[in-house]
Amino acid sequence: MSPRAAWRLESLGFGDVYDYVAGKLDWMAAGLPTEGTNAQRPRAADVARKDVPLCGLKERLGDVRDRVRAQGWDAAVVVNEDRVVLGLLRTAELEKDPAQLIEQAMRPGPSTFRPFVSIHEMGHFMVEHKLENAPITTSDGRLVGLLLKQDVVSQPADVS
Amino acid sequence: MPKQIDRDEVRRLLDGGAQLAEVLPSPEYEEDHLPGALHLPLRHVEERAADLLERSRQIVVYCWDAA
Repeated sequence: MSPRAAWRLESLGFGDVYDYVAGKLDWMAAGLPTEGTNAQRPRAADVARKDVPLCGLKERLGDVRDRVRAQGWDAAVVVNEDRVVLGLLRTAELEKDPAQLIEQAMRPGPSTFRPFVSIHEMGHFMVEHKLENAPITTSDGRLVGLLLKQDVVSQPADVS
Repeated sequence: MPKQIDRDEVRRLLDGGAQLAEVLPSPEYEEDHLPGALHLPLRHVEERAADLLERSRQIVVYCWDAA
């Protein structure tokens, strides 16, 4: 749609026209702000826990488990130095052999969700798929935070 | 010929004073639009462009995605 609008503007005599082809989806997936009626409603990025424990591929599971539990968590996100999500440690993974490296123990390639998805939508999905938590990432895979089901279901219902 | 640009270039142009216009229909614009974007639905470009946009400034248009 935007290419047609750009061409039409040029034909109407507007000389310096640019087409942001990736559009609003790309903008919102990068976690950038928007204006409008939906901007006031909570989204995945608003509710996701930003203080989720992080770890790297080469750490030992036992060390990570101790650290994670000491922080009161039962999950951790495996990231690289650019905070790109590589894996997830949920309760089952944290219970594995403590001598394993994280890259052996982790759940690789977890499903991730974009920051702009509404909490209402996330709640339905997490309940339907029995997800206790879900990583929220930008479109380039960088971690925004970990969304917990308990936080999602405690949000007020969307009245619209 | 309109130039295709990415997100970084959009931000650079906006910082430089470019105008931004969403060409999607009303409900989609009203729910979410990029900060400061004007509303110029594709079907109304002919009738509204001259009033909404300044010819002397750069114009960035966008819709939902590349599809």
